[in-house]
Amino acid sequence: MMQTLAQAAYPQAMHDVTLYHYLFVSAGMFVLGLIGFLTRRNMIVMFLCTEMMFQASGLALIAFSRFYLHHTGQAFVIFVLTVAAAEAAMALALVVLLYRKHSSLDGLLFAELRG
Amino acid sequence: MLLQTTDIINSMATLAQNDHAGNVVEHATQAVDHAAAGNMKLALLIPALPILGTILMLLCAIFRIKSKLPAFITVACLGGAFVVTVVTWLGMGEHGAQLVFGFDWINFSWADASSEQSFVANFGLYIDRLTLLWMLFVTGLGTLIALYASEYMADDVGTGYCRFFAAFNLFVFAMTCLVMADNLILLYLGWEGVGLCSYLLIGYFYKKPSAVAAAKKAFIVNRIGDLGLALGIMLIFVQFGTVEYAELFPKVEPLVEAFRAGHMDQIPFTVQLIPVLLMIGAFGKSAQLPLYVWLPDAMEGPTPVSALIHAATMVTAGVFLIARMFPVFLVSEWALPVVAWVGTLTALFSATIGMAQFDIKRIMAYSTVSQLGYMFAGLGVMTSTGAAFHVFTHAFFKATLFLCCGAVMHGFAGQLDLRKISGLWNMRGWRIVTIAMLVGSLNLAGFPFTAGFFSKDMIIAESFVTPGYSAIGWILLITAGMTAYYTFRVFFRVFVGPVHFEPGEEYEGDAEGHGDEGDGHGFHPHAPGWAVNTVLGVLAISSLLAVGTYFINTDQHGWVGSMVHDSSAYMSPLYESHGVVEHDASGHVEASSDVRAGGTFFGLNPHGGVLYYVSAAFGLIGIVIAWWLHYAGRTEAATSRADNLALTKGMLARGARGKWFIDEIYDAVIRKPLWVFANVLYWLDQLLIDGLVNLFGWVPRAMGSLIRPTQNGQLHGYAAGMAGGLVVLMVVVWLMSL
Repeated sequence: MMQTLAQAAYPQAMHDVTLYHYLFVSAGMFVLGLIGFLTRRNMIVMFLCTEMMFQASGLALIAFSRFYLHHTGQAFVIFVLTVAAAEAAMALALVVLLYRKHSSLDGLLFAELRG
Repeated sequence: MLLQTTDIINSMATLAQNDHAGNVVEHATQAVDHAAAGNMKLALLIPALPILGTILMLLCAIFRIKSKLPAFITVACLGGAFVVTVVTWLGMGEHGAQLVFGFDWINFSWADASSEQSFVANFGLYIDRLTLLWMLFVTGLGTLIALYASEYMADDVGTGYCRFFAAFNLFVFAMTCLVMADNLILLYLGWEGVGLCSYLLIGYFYKKPSAVAAAKKAFIVNRIGDLGLALGIMLIFVQFGTVEYAELFPKVEPLVEAFRAGHMDQIPFTVQLIPVLLMIGAFGKSAQLPLYVWLPDAMEGPTPVSALIHAATMVTAGVFLIARMFPVFLVSEWALPVVAWVGTLTALFSATIGMAQFDIKRIMAYSTVSQLGYMFAGLGVMTSTGAAFHVFTHAFFKATLFLCCGAVMHGFAGQLDLRKISGLWNMRGWRIVTIAMLVGSLNLAGFPFTAGFFSKDMIIAESFVTPGYSAIGWILLITAGMTAYYTFRVFFRVFVGPVHFEPGEEYEGDAEGHGDEGDGHGFHPHAPGWAVNTVLGVLAISSLLAVGTYFINTDQHGWVGSMVHDSSAYMSPLYESHGVVEHDASGHVEASSDVRAGGTFFGLNPHGGVLYYVSAAFGLIGIVIAWWLHYAGRTEAATSRADNLALTKGMLARGARGKWFIDEIYDAVIRKPLWVFANVLYWLDQLLIDGLVNLFGWVPRAMGSLIRPTQNGQLHGYAAGMAGGLVVLMVVVWLMSL
């Protein structure tokens, strides 16, 4: 396998860790988050699950970025994190408001948009 | 500096004059004098004062004036208009028609390939003696009746007083527009304006359902007539390219000539249609046969309104229209005969109804319809003088009669049934009313040497003169007898005889003291006050004096004849010279010199005075019958000899009492089918139109309801959906990569 100059300059501590490992971890985190989101009713936990799916996608982006030696993926992750931080502030505020309304964190209680 | 300013103003004035001068030149060819002198400009005050009155009434209403001030403002405005009319009349001298330009109202012109066309209808006045004749009695009676109303409407001071007088002023304004207009569009404005005011005033007591229904009826029936008038005016514009009298009449003249010379083929059919359409308008406004039904119901309005609008002035607008547009009526060979026959039949028909009614105001209403029929008959037999004279005398004596009825109605708490009041002559304070009523009744009955006698006789004599119209003459003679009967039926029952009265429906038992209202003994009628008595006195005297006008200018058949003589209604020289019709529009004199060509009355010359005796005899017979049936030997108020007659119990009497069931027939023939048709259309609209519209809404709704369950509002549901979608996407990608 031909190595580029940039790849050659990196230390090779985990010699046999490939892109697939990262993607596997990323997929695992995503699926866990998804399952958590679908099964749990506590809204804070559901919110944490979405955060986990976020991080899973971020991990995949980093891995691809490293693999293709292209900075776009890393830059994108910076944006994702920024958005996630803002979204966390918003989401937690909403959760507080919803809690005040129903005195409960049960996600099933909020179904006002039923068609 | 000041000098310069005045110079500029002067030059502007000169420019304006030049502009006006252009109009003078344009009209000069039509042999119409323009108001050269400033005094004719004064005539603009005649419409201006009533509209000023209307504005002042509105201000009174805004400032909530709680006194009789509005009435006196009205009297002042209308009195001022009357004075201006008299001044204008005196200033007329020997002039012919004069045009007074007010302001530009409608003024369009557009270039055509061949010629320039224009549509001009300015606010301008066409003043000739016919106009002034009408204006004299409109403003004069308007003033008197406003004074009467100041007392009559006194119960409404502070509530409807301003509204009443605002509509009253507006009516007089609209009437001046109608009569004085120099074009048909302004006439139409006035025509609709008087209709509107009539509607407002009939429905004055808007809390009374019958008044509201009567107002609507009057308005709707008038609409039918107005449609005819509107179409007639449009056709005139299409045919002659103008709506201004001064330009129209010269353009009609060749057609009249052609008609006289017997060249009917030169007169287009559409021109012959014009008089028919105008006639429909006249029949609607003047309550003639198919369209008369609104007038008797219009008596729901306050009595001054009935006297002014529905007896003296507005209802004569149709007569005025035909008199004004007389040349147009002369180009059709059957327009005037139709007018004559409709008028005659209306006169007879409504007289039969009037004979059997018990409501005195309604009797007067039917008598108005009947007398209007006389006027139309007069126009139809081409004695426009007779028609105008009858309009003039009728205005006075019918206003008198109505105001007397109003005084009775006012004094007896709305009692109008002639069976329930009797012997007013012997009651305190009712002498003037009785005398005024007697004067009015004598005039209406055609008692010899009253004004009504001469004016009616002029129409009857003329119908015997006109070849082929003697049947009309006979019907009008018989109707004259019936008129005398029903007029004196009212007089003998209500105004003389034993004293008896029952209060009307407005009397609700005086709480203070008088207990037994059941038989009316607790009720005290209140005799009319100074305003009513003054007005009745003045009107009665003027009705008596109106006969004097017959002996002024006798060569033109009275003062009214001289007023009509040089107006558009007078077309006789055209006829005489060619001998198609041997008599002229206004003069018996010319016709009597050539009697052999005209009709005769049993071989006698109808103009020779024989008809004076005949119609006097018919009138006196009617009065004597009324006296014998309703006065002689009457001891009780409610009964009279007439009740025992077999005739009053038969079918004929029932029919007449039920107004020949015309309202019911109209209801069955027109209203009911229209109602059914409207309902059919309503259901069609509901099912078809609304169904189609609703279908457009229903289809998306139905489609939406198919997928609506997916939107269950549950967060987990949406998440599962997204996850499922992701799975599907992945499966698709996987399958495609195989």
